[in-house]
Amino acid sequence: MSNIKSTNEFVIKFANVNGSGSASANQMFAKGVFRSGVPVSPKNIFPSNIQGLPTWFEVRVSEKGYLGRREGVDIVVAMNPQSYNQDLMELNSGGYLLYDSSWKRDFKRTDINVIEIPLTKLCVEEFSNPKQRLLFKNIVYVGALSYLLNMDKEIYEILIKEQFKGKEKLIDPNVKALNLGYDYARENLKEICEIKIETSDKTKGMILTSGNDASGLGCVYGGATVCAWYPITPSTSLAEAFTDYSEKLRVEEETNKNKYAIIQAEDELAAVGMAIGANWNGARGFTATSGPGISLMSEFIGLAYFAEVPLVLFDIQRGGPSTGMPTRTQQSDVLSCAYASHGDTKHVLLIPSDPKECFEFAAEAFDLADRIQTPVIVLSDLDLGMNDWTCPEFKWDDTKLFDKGKVLHGKDLEEIENFGRYLDVDGDGIPYRTYPGAHPEKGAYFTRGTSHDEYAKYTEDGVVNARNLSRLLKKYQTASELVPNPIFKQETNTSSIGVIYYGSTEASMQEALDLLHEEGVILDAMRLRAFPFNLEVWEFIEDHDLLFIVEQNRDGQMRTLIMAEGGIIPDKLVSVLCFDGQPITADFISNKISSHLTGSPSKTAVGGK
Amino acid sequence: MTYIVKPKNHHPDLEKNELGLTRRDYEGSISSLCAGCGHDSISAAILEACFELNISAHNVAKLSGIGCSSKAPAYFLNQSHGFNSVHGRMPSVATGANLANHEMLYLGISGDGDTASIGIGQFVHAARRQLNVVYVVENNGTYGLTKGQFSATNDLESKSKYGEDNLFPSIDLAAMAIQLGASFVARSFSGDKEQLVPLLKAAMKHKGFSFLDIISPCVTFNNHGTSTKSYDYIREHNESVSKPDFVPLGKEITTSYEEGQSVQVPLHDGSLISLEKLSKDFDPSNKASSLAKINKAEEEGKVLTGLLYINTESKDLKETLNVVDKPLNQLSEKDLCPGAEKLQAINKDLC
Repeated sequence: MSNIKSTNEFVIKFANVNGSGSASANQMFAKGVFRSGVPVSPKNIFPSNIQGLPTWFEVRVSEKGYLGRREGVDIVVAMNPQSYNQDLMELNSGGYLLYDSSWKRDFKRTDINVIEIPLTKLCVEEFSNPKQRLLFKNIVYVGALSYLLNMDKEIYEILIKEQFKGKEKLIDPNVKALNLGYDYARENLKEICEIKIETSDKTKGMILTSGNDASGLGCVYGGATVCAWYPITPSTSLAEAFTDYSEKLRVEEETNKNKYAIIQAEDELAAVGMAIGANWNGARGFTATSGPGISLMSEFIGLAYFAEVPLVLFDIQRGGPSTGMPTRTQQSDVLSCAYASHGDTKHVLLIPSDPKECFEFAAEAFDLADRIQTPVIVLSDLDLGMNDWTCPEFKWDDTKLFDKGKVLHGKDLEEIENFGRYLDVDGDGIPYRTYPGAHPEKGAYFTRGTSHDEYAKYTEDGVVNARNLSRLLKKYQTASELVPNPIFKQETNTSSIGVIYYGSTEASMQEALDLLHEEGVILDAMRLRAFPFNLEVWEFIEDHDLLFIVEQNRDGQMRTLIMAEGGIIPDKLVSVLCFDGQPITADFISNKISSHLTGSPSKTAVGGK
Repeated sequence: MTYIVKPKNHHPDLEKNELGLTRRDYEGSISSLCAGCGHDSISAAILEACFELNISAHNVAKLSGIGCSSKAPAYFLNQSHGFNSVHGRMPSVATGANLANHEMLYLGISGDGDTASIGIGQFVHAARRQLNVVYVVENNGTYGLTKGQFSATNDLESKSKYGEDNLFPSIDLAAMAIQLGASFVARSFSGDKEQLVPLLKAAMKHKGFSFLDIISPCVTFNNHGTSTKSYDYIREHNESVSKPDFVPLGKEITTSYEEGQSVQVPLHDGSLISLEKLSKDFDPSNKASSLAKINKAEEEGKVLTGLLYINTESKDLKETLNVVDKPLNQLSEKDLCPGAEKLQAINKDLC
């Protein structure tokens, strides 16, 4: 048996019992690697459960910056006897299994290294408080790992101090637990592990944060003042992040009053209704939800579209259909968001691919919604939303002003002879709006979801209604020129074959392209960042004979959207689809593409493994 | 639906209020509801209340859901912004609008279908949050626009126009509102302008959730002999708990009642709602006694009207959420965007 030897490139997986307090210790482990200067991507693979079921925390460590999920585990910290068998199976040959040897066990694999640490025994001997005996097992293994991986233990001591700032009593026992593990490993487990962390500088200028935290912060920077939401995994932490950041950044000093209002609504319908009401009245309101919420909100989304009320929604996609897999990731709301609601409706989608873009797109969404006077849906997903990602730090330009779009205020109305709420004055399909209370005699109108003329008056004249629907289409064309451009991996196209992808798939794409490159396959790559598609998107499609579209859903929803919107022939667009609820891997993408091109059978089945 | 545009010219001697406006200035478009519809009387009462209170119409927002009642906001206050939202969802739109600018007066106009069925969830939560809104239910016990189906406020013994029995008991929205914590709850009748106008005026001045359940007969589908929401039935069974008079701030109380017969409740701005007590055992500031009185009237087959409950002490939603006094829709980049320097500090915390 040959041991896995690696420096700064490996996957470690923690197998725990849900509710055992492992999450913060595992997160601390990942942060320690990040502070060593090595990029990490921790992924929480958790059940829809509060206590008792198996839960995993997978950390990919990659100095090369390959931060997508990778199949196969190099080190497993097996803390859950329920899942021993499964965890054992996933371990690569030559890998390491660390377990609590207070109860010895014979693992039926001879091609792996078993690392025994009597975690429970150590904690029982050291701590008298039963709760601490249980919780500190997690810190003990972090301490042991820091020795086994040759890390600087002080990094963890500092992290403990930061974590328990304000609860100083907890610092000493935590540091003690850390040392307990470190010392045990130093005395008993010398030179057993050949996977190492070496200090690097690859996280300089980078941050470690989740897409939802970043989006919540982006809403603060984008000037959102009304947040109405209903709890649903995996979007809840976005509203919570907005709350936390608002409490820190948006309380008026003199009065201690809030420059924001947050309401946990009675359901998703009310949440989106409140956001619409706020935007109608000139404040920036938003809601955050997931697929089931989009279904519930669809009627209101149609109203905002047709009555032309700005609205910002975040859809943190999870596994569907129906209640589906609430704690697993997918990109399966593309079509339901693009065309949400009955009748002819189309919506602006923004698709971020890392927390930095989540921050930027969140702020930009409010400008776009106000500018275009329409719903803007930020399409994120569970993997991006809830997991911490290593990404470039946030930036803000202080000279930037909010774009509130075409709004006529009191003095503007004084000068205007002919105000029509839905008149296309500028020829771009976007009319002028007024806020309630703008002027005593001018600018009032009736906002309605019924068919209306240019002056917002109810009409049953089909010609007038058709004219309005056509203007909305023109507005939609204007929107395509305002939304973020796609991003290309190459400066100029060099291949007749291209690959199109979007959102959190970005994490695995560079690695997939590199793997294909090793096989001699060169592809041009385009990352979609918004809908409606603009000219650059269509040109890329035009310039290639064959295009792979990589998606994390079953039906190739983005492919359908491209075909429908651009009249692209289906034969030209080949789907690469992963929908097992796990973040897509580079191996999966490269295998699928490679086997299609060579005609050999795929090494991976549809949907993951 | 009428296509006639209302002429704007009017008699020069029309009465003017303190803003120099006539009642005509508070009008809306010509109603497209059926002739004799109770809802039009309610629109007229709202117009009268706004005229008498010297309200600037542009500082009012009219919000509604879907149904005959929800069309009504088009028929008064032309200078107000209106929002005809989706069925049963007016309360959420009103909530967002109110949070964006708490300085305006919000009139939520709904019906019994809109509130007691599809929108009951939003009604319940707007009430318990003390949303500062005047919430009017134009209650006719029937779905008019879809041609006369029973609504959830229709009484068990009431038959449809076609002779069908209503199989389920009615929901009493006023009793429910009291239970939910609404701080102003009244019931009235569209045909009783003398009672309705002072109640509307007081509701407009009250801070918090002001709920008015206004019986408003549907002349087309629910005004027949076996209906309990017909003009005749309500006139025969109406029992008033009090005769209200609204006294604006700074005005003397001109309607005087015998001592012991009158209750005066000061509202937030110092104006008074003065109630001539028609019943000894009734105290509108006591939830339990209000509910008991409503239940008793129901047992006796009567429709209790007047100010049923009032609490001027409770906080409204904006206060509960501790929102700044400057309306949120008037805050600028400087107020809202923390800037690059703060972001740099946040970046530091994340590495």
